[in-house]
Amino acid sequence: MWEYAPAPESRDIANLKPNYRMFVDGQFVEGGGEPLKTVNPGTEEVLAEVSTASTADVDKAVKAARRAYDRVWGRMPGAERAKYIFRIARLIQERARELAVLESLDNGKPIKESRDVDVPTAAAHFFYHAGWADKLAYAGLGPDPRPLGVAGQVIPWNFPLLMAAWKIAPALACGNTVVLKPAETTPLTALVLAEIIQQADLPPGVVNILPGAGDVGAAVVNHPDVNKVAFTGSTEVGKIIQRQLAGANKKITLELGGKAANIVFDDAPLDQAVEGIVNGIFFNQGHVCCAGSRLLVQESVADELLEKLRVRVSTLRVGDPLDKNTDIGAINSREQLAKIHELTASGEAEGAERWTSACPLPDKGFYFAPTVFSNVSQAMRIAREEIFGPVLSVLTFRTPDEAVAKANNTPYGLSAGIWTEKGSRILWAAQKMRAGVVWANTFNRFDPTAPFGGYQESGFGREGGRTGLEAYLDV
Amino acid sequence: MAATSTAPSLPPALADAVRDDASLRRFLHGLPGVDQVGVEQRAAGLGTRSIKKAAKLWAIDTAISMVDLTTLEGADTPGKVRSLAAKARRPDPERPEVPKVAAVCVYPDMVATAVQELQGTGINVASVATAFPSGRSSLKVKLEDTAFAVDAGATEIDMVIDRGAFLSGRYGQVFDEIVQVKHACGDAHLKVILETGELATYDNVRRASWLALLAGGDFIKTSTGKVTPAATLPVTHVMLQAVRDWRTQTGQLRGVKPAGGIRATKDAIKYLVAVHEVAGPEWLTPDLFRFGASTLLNDLLMQRRTQLEGHYSGPDYVTVD
Repeated sequence: MWEYAPAPESRDIANLKPNYRMFVDGQFVEGGGEPLKTVNPGTEEVLAEVSTASTADVDKAVKAARRAYDRVWGRMPGAERAKYIFRIARLIQERARELAVLESLDNGKPIKESRDVDVPTAAAHFFYHAGWADKLAYAGLGPDPRPLGVAGQVIPWNFPLLMAAWKIAPALACGNTVVLKPAETTPLTALVLAEIIQQADLPPGVVNILPGAGDVGAAVVNHPDVNKVAFTGSTEVGKIIQRQLAGANKKITLELGGKAANIVFDDAPLDQAVEGIVNGIFFNQGHVCCAGSRLLVQESVADELLEKLRVRVSTLRVGDPLDKNTDIGAINSREQLAKIHELTASGEAEGAERWTSACPLPDKGFYFAPTVFSNVSQAMRIAREEIFGPVLSVLTFRTPDEAVAKANNTPYGLSAGIWTEKGSRILWAAQKMRAGVVWANTFNRFDPTAPFGGYQESGFGREGGRTGLEAYLDV
Repeated sequence: MAATSTAPSLPPALADAVRDDASLRRFLHGLPGVDQVGVEQRAAGLGTRSIKKAAKLWAIDTAISMVDLTTLEGADTPGKVRSLAAKARRPDPERPEVPKVAAVCVYPDMVATAVQELQGTGINVASVATAFPSGRSSLKVKLEDTAFAVDAGATEIDMVIDRGAFLSGRYGQVFDEIVQVKHACGDAHLKVILETGELATYDNVRRASWLALLAGGDFIKTSTGKVTPAATLPVTHVMLQAVRDWRTQTGQLRGVKPAGGIRATKDAIKYLVAVHEVAGPEWLTPDLFRFGASTLLNDLLMQRRTQLEGHYSGPDYVTVD
């Protein structure tokens, strides 16, 4: 009876250009690779053509990064480096609206998330790491930590700008230079970040950004003159990288997939647990490696919680990513949408009970209505495999030990959530979780001061915080 | 806790909760807790909804029709109440299509004047009662206070709970008082003011909400307006969740009234969004949601004109009372 009128953010703010070029040695240049077309997943229209790197371009970029490292950045006093990084942070804030709209166009995430989460957190990462640049000797990593050299970085499509910030900020703060490859489907904000880096007057070659597909990523990480490899993406590709780099003298950090559990005990604050579960799996269309894709709920409150959850999920608004009232935007690509359909079909075939919100979906674009599977068992694919979409699998448990056993029963180990009003139970359960990040009575909160990373097939190494600096230092 | 024969009829599970003092205590303490960080985050998140154009105009008119136009001053006079009643009847004299407000809210001794002024308009006369705002008097006085207002023609009674009794854990006493005041109300609707600013925690707000609903309150209301903080969005979220849970358990619809501190249209719309998405669209009616306010009405009127005329006119173009 009360329909919210459309409240779209203007797409003009994105300053979208028909062509984007790669950024090498301080200049935007044509790449030698086949240009790619990046698509708006909300409408399926082509947004822009982006030039991609060839193997020769990768070599050129690594050489530029090496030069910049040897001649300027590696020997620059930390306090001087910090000035550049602070400048990048401030410029991100100045161009926040432009970046947010562009991110939503290219990625499909709702504008309220790119505006309130992605862009501010990206700026926060630069601010935070800028502060470390002249204090590395006091980071508890030894008296004189040295930079590693050239960092080759490959990032995913789920948080294009934010992942670039997670990678570039600590690398620069620690005195390394960077060759970064953004994801094939979401290269645009990284290239605007390159403009910002140019605006901030960073010495040429300190940061190089090379769009392209997996082959460019492979060329970057395998380049013999790259000293450090940082990858965020699928476990499958992470394994390939680790295999290829075995024996090479490169420091590696991998941040891979996850199948996190949200554990709700019977004494949990139920209404807020519902919020946390919703935020855990429906934030960013579920395209979050640390998404709370499994819900483990104590049997005594399962019915009540599920009823509340369905009511709440029914209020989620799916649609135009640029509408300020959209809660769930578009799935990033046709391929990803197909994968979600395939896995949800397997859930039904294996006997789980499917409930999907009756929300209307736009006619064009890649959309998937929020879905909750109940009566899920550990043996089903939807309980074991990463879906990377707005799909929640609900399992129940009877005792705390059973909850812990089920939560840990996964090859992954990136994050976990614990919901209870009892402090001692939070501490007990957190100790038992094999997960890099454990949230208590909240979920999906990111802060540059908190280290982030996984166990087992979720990867190794930490990003953020004091611990995260170690990945970019010779200590 | 007196075995009150006047206690409202409840479904079996809830009837057990009010059997005696100990049961009531167990029930209220057995309600799920409220996580402060979580509820405040949710309230702030919903506060970013962007309500534009037709949706905004609808919200403004709906908010006007939900206002309990209030004057609760020692300096109130029949003249003041008469002009408030005139405002209630025609909030914007130049625009007869503007809806009238839901009620005029006054002290008991002003009820007769308000009733006279509002006869035949369909606007309710609400009266605060029960030793408002502190509630510090005997039950006898509170009941007489209520009866006085009802006899004078009040159709709605805004009572205050005994916060002292609540905070010291004497839930049965608070319950009995509400039951008896409800009885004294007769046909008048009862709004139970929790004074959430004095209850301090969200857990207490949830318990007091359930206590008032169990005792038969038709509305639960945040505040008297005499204590800071008065109404806040997260507190209203907790109360909206309570009436929603109440409906799930009993099938009955009960109302919520935030009061005090809501002065701007922008804020009123945030409350309506919360009503819409936390309780549900059924609650978007003056029968189930009210704003206890005085200055809010003029801002709603100014924003209404802005929406229709495309420019802001300023406070001199709406009547001060």
